[in-house]
Amino acid sequence: MTMQPQSLYHRWRKIKSTLMSVTALLCALLVIAPLGLVLGYLIHAGAGAINWDFFTQLPKPVGEVGGGMANAIVGTLTLLGLACAIGVPVGVLGGVYLSEYGSEKSNWWIRFGADVLNGVPSIAWGIVAYALVVVRMKTFSAYAGGVALGFMMIPLIMRTTEEVLLLVPNGYREAALALGISRWKMICQIVMKTAFKGIVTGVLLAAARIAGETAPLLFTAFGNRFWTHDLSQPIAALPLQVFVYAISPYDDWHRQAWAGALVLILMVLFINLIVRFITRGRFAGAGR
Amino acid sequence: MTSELLEPKAPSQAGVPVGKGLTPMENATASRPVEPPARADEVAFHVEHLNGWFGQHQALFDVSLQIPARKVTAIIGPSGCGKSTFLRTLNRMHELVRGARLDCQIRLFGDDVYGPRVDPTLVRRRVGMVFQKSNPFPTMTIEENTVVGLRLNGVRDRRLLRERMEQSLRMAALWDEVKDRLDKPGISLSGGQQQRLCIARALAVQPEVLLMDEPASALDPIATMKIEELIQELKRDYTIVIVTHNMQQAARCSDYTAFFYMGKLIEYDKTEKMFTNPTHKQTEDYVTGRFG
Repeated sequence: MTMQPQSLYHRWRKIKSTLMSVTALLCALLVIAPLGLVLGYLIHAGAGAINWDFFTQLPKPVGEVGGGMANAIVGTLTLLGLACAIGVPVGVLGGVYLSEYGSEKSNWWIRFGADVLNGVPSIAWGIVAYALVVVRMKTFSAYAGGVALGFMMIPLIMRTTEEVLLLVPNGYREAALALGISRWKMICQIVMKTAFKGIVTGVLLAAARIAGETAPLLFTAFGNRFWTHDLSQPIAALPLQVFVYAISPYDDWHRQAWAGALVLILMVLFINLIVRFITRGRFAGAGR
Repeated sequence: MTSELLEPKAPSQAGVPVGKGLTPMENATASRPVEPPARADEVAFHVEHLNGWFGQHQALFDVSLQIPARKVTAIIGPSGCGKSTFLRTLNRMHELVRGARLDCQIRLFGDDVYGPRVDPTLVRRRVGMVFQKSNPFPTMTIEENTVVGLRLNGVRDRRLLRERMEQSLRMAALWDEVKDRLDKPGISLSGGQQQRLCIARALAVQPEVLLMDEPASALDPIATMKIEELIQELKRDYTIVIVTHNMQQAARCSDYTAFFYMGKLIEYDKTEKMFTNPTHKQTEDYVTGRFG
């Protein structure tokens, strides 16, 4: 056999190889293209409406130009906080159970349940929170929105926590137990600390995932055109405000909707950048 | 419990369990240096009729032996012969493996290790362990790694922690190499240093026995030599049980040697006799390198 690929067969093989790598590259570009398009268009349409007022002012009444979404931005952060208050402890401890305690059989069912929950349409979470909180409190409220978003976070955080805990080598667990350290201290002080960055990453990714959710808030947080000082009252949220403004007939509101969407996506981008930052470096999990 | 662990005046309380089977003993931990020398024939572990399983698979068959105090006992045998499993029954690490079972009578200085009300964590405080792969906790500095066993058992006194750290690192022959960088991560050390750090970490809780599961098998010859020298130092105060694949190592550093084969204890005797004039044919074949 000659070493020079002269034959038709060899040339055909080379063409196929090139074709394949070019197709793969195109698909890879297609994956990130939407991000570029979305960001580009949002900046084009929304950047103009972003100014100091946007971050500091309440929405103006219909007909008046100007105003901002300060209450919606704070509202979204409040809802994220409430959601984390529910989702983080339950999700993280659930992940600890799966990784450290559960038997194979129970774990199978819990994982299966979590995966199903991950696929539940977000509007369904809204209905759950409506039935659990809104109906009982007889009012839309920040709590209800937080419950809906928090429930969505639980399976996300649980699975990522489990995965990062399982990455902690068993040798550390055995070493800790062999020192006469009790099991729960071993889990809290050794295993979870070793996997701390991973757990935080999972929490942040879950927060980024739910930050832009609109459907679960429609009939829980409900939205509010004013400041909310009472969490048992309806509260504004960026995605809700964007939704309301986008389907309105006013040009000024449309501009603000674009700006709101831009701020929302920049928030998510920012969270993802933090995640990138955390997952660099190695000795950052050290707790003092 | 925790405050007792700390009492420098009454260190014999260290790690003394509350369980029924284990009661305070004369010769506990730190009081050792001020006690009269132990009798030469004192026994650390009485092991009787030890049978061990992983699920349906029986890994140990009716092992009975006595491990002398303040001596080095080597466990040798081919891979899969149950030597590590045997070692892990001595500090109740065996039962952590899913599906692992055990039927035995083990006493540590007269106290029942597997008594119904014995807390395994308290057994493990008296019986320290060093693993094949060095495993300093990656989130902790050298200092934190050394005293983690004390800290997580409730010791807060900084002065005591500091003292114990220096003492343990000195005993592990590591102090001079790390004293200027105690705040560096434990995993920044070399492999041999990491293993000595793990030994220091085990010593800091002042156990009575130190179990070593092939502690030098991942180390280069010089680091191995240091560990072996260390073992000679430590046996003045500690009972040491070492599992090793390396027969030269067993011959060099142990006083007694047990030969395991297929989950059975084939022969157990003074190391010198085991390597020069073993009673059993299988032992002779193994120590002369004819199989295994």
